[in-house]
Amino acid sequence: MPSQEHSRPQRRDETSDEAPAPAAASPEATARKDALDDDIDSVLDEIDGVLEANAEEFVRGFVQKGGQ
Amino acid sequence: MTVRRVMGIETEYGISVPGDPTANPMLLSGSVVNAYGSLRGRRVGRASWDYEDEMPLRDARGFEIDRAHADASQLTDEEDPTLANIVLTNGARLYVDHAHPEYSSPEVTSPRAALRWDRAGERIMLESVRRLSSVPGTAGVNLYKNNTDGKGASYGTHENYLMPRATPFSDISRHLIPFFVARQVMCGAGRVGIGQDSATSGFQIAQRSDFFEVEVGLETTLKRPIINTRDEPHAVADLYRRLHVIIGDANQCDVASLLKMGTTSLVLAMIESQTLTVDLSVRKPVATLHAVSHDPSLQTLVELRDGRTMTAVQLLWAYFEQADSYLQARHAGAIDADTAEVMSRWSSVLTKLERDPMECAREIDWVAKLTLLQGYRDRDGLEWSDHRLRAIDIQWSDVRPEKGLFHRLVQRGRIESLVEDEVVEAAITNPPEDTRAYFRGRCLEKYPAEIAAASWDSVIFDVPGQTALQRVPMLEPLRGTRDGVGDLIDRSPDASTLLQELAAAGR
Repeated sequence: MPSQEHSRPQRRDETSDEAPAPAAASPEATARKDALDDDIDSVLDEIDGVLEANAEEFVRGFVQKGGQ
Repeated sequence: MTVRRVMGIETEYGISVPGDPTANPMLLSGSVVNAYGSLRGRRVGRASWDYEDEMPLRDARGFEIDRAHADASQLTDEEDPTLANIVLTNGARLYVDHAHPEYSSPEVTSPRAALRWDRAGERIMLESVRRLSSVPGTAGVNLYKNNTDGKGASYGTHENYLMPRATPFSDISRHLIPFFVARQVMCGAGRVGIGQDSATSGFQIAQRSDFFEVEVGLETTLKRPIINTRDEPHAVADLYRRLHVIIGDANQCDVASLLKMGTTSLVLAMIESQTLTVDLSVRKPVATLHAVSHDPSLQTLVELRDGRTMTAVQLLWAYFEQADSYLQARHAGAIDADTAEVMSRWSSVLTKLERDPMECAREIDWVAKLTLLQGYRDRDGLEWSDHRLRAIDIQWSDVRPEKGLFHRLVQRGRIESLVEDEVVEAAITNPPEDTRAYFRGRCLEKYPAEIAAASWDSVIFDVPGQTALQRVPMLEPLRGTRDGVGDLIDRSPDASTLLQELAAAGR
């Protein structure tokens, strides 16, 4: 079994009963999120092109029998 | 302690014929299985399923329900000749389960391998769809890797984990119920519609949660329990149990799938070693499961039996911290690569979910789906009841890369992948090398004409010139590996030789 040095994962602060205060996002994460946000319009345009034309009929036609 | 153990994933696919909602789903599912069987040049029905060791009515709590009192849908071991059921060279089982085609992955030993062979199953379903769409004069069949039609029907994605029989089942239920109430925030696949039949409009985290109605039970198709007690080990029953987890969603995101298998395996390891010291039992687990699923902001508070309240993410942190402490104490920082990967991903995902769940759009199915849905809502001012949002929810999981919306996001680089396509490709035909699936798969590949049937724990040979069938039992999941039988299969040109060699080796 392969073994490697385990870099200790980041642990959060002490448990609190109050709602967690959001920590600031890292600059890299924010940048990546912004890039995804910028891209969303062209994603929607692309999805428009593949989405079933008659959504109502498509939804109505998707009927399944129960399984496990 | 490690994430590694014998495990596997079973996935039932949604099935429909474009424009024909009344098509018979059992016959359609049979055609999906047969299409794949014929594609791979194998006579379907030749290597069929061996039901001898199936005991779907055996209960892990120690009793067996009377067959006469079982719902017909619980009887999974009586062969119906109209239902196709084949074993593949990668060690998987492809068959019709009730009214859905199901791919049950071969036994593997790590979360990464589980996700690899589950994704191979997606590709197998895709090959069937392509095959059926090429039949002239038919509308073809579409398959969806999801778990509900949004109209009251649900079908499963089940995980299986091999555990020592000695671990008390009551410990398993006690520690897993709170974990499963919370786990969906990492592994839910997202769903448009609240309630089994989507009576209320809105978005929720998990496909399956609304279909769970009791805490513990044997059923899988009605009154679904958070902890399923089916006790069919498909292995030496005195030594092992196979924990059958029915509460998960079908994942398409690699990270979510890895976390689903990996964190659950770690929690089981802590239960087995009796190192879960903090009691995290929750009040009203079924109602809480639903409430957590209905709140994508993740602010819903879970009430513990001891009076504390915390969010689902905080509850998961509590499991994480116990795992982390245990690993530090017992393994002094040196743990296997699979466990290190799961721990690092677990911590990273919980941190993001706590800060802003939408940061997980590249890693977690429900967040990726919600991001797309929200984009439509923002652009077009759509209400949650809009048919287009419901259509997106369904089409999200279409297995075809050109139609499936998840696949479109992958192609645009918006989803983080952990397993390369070539690696998945190889798993379509090759078995894992470190479990008995290797023996099953290699035999199917090398001696297809001489195998009468196979199952999880046996291969039955029909050797020319012999009157009796010969059954090779495989009750030890970690025997029959490449190390154990690879050379032997390589040098046996036919099944007769193989059986002689096996007998000589005393296996």
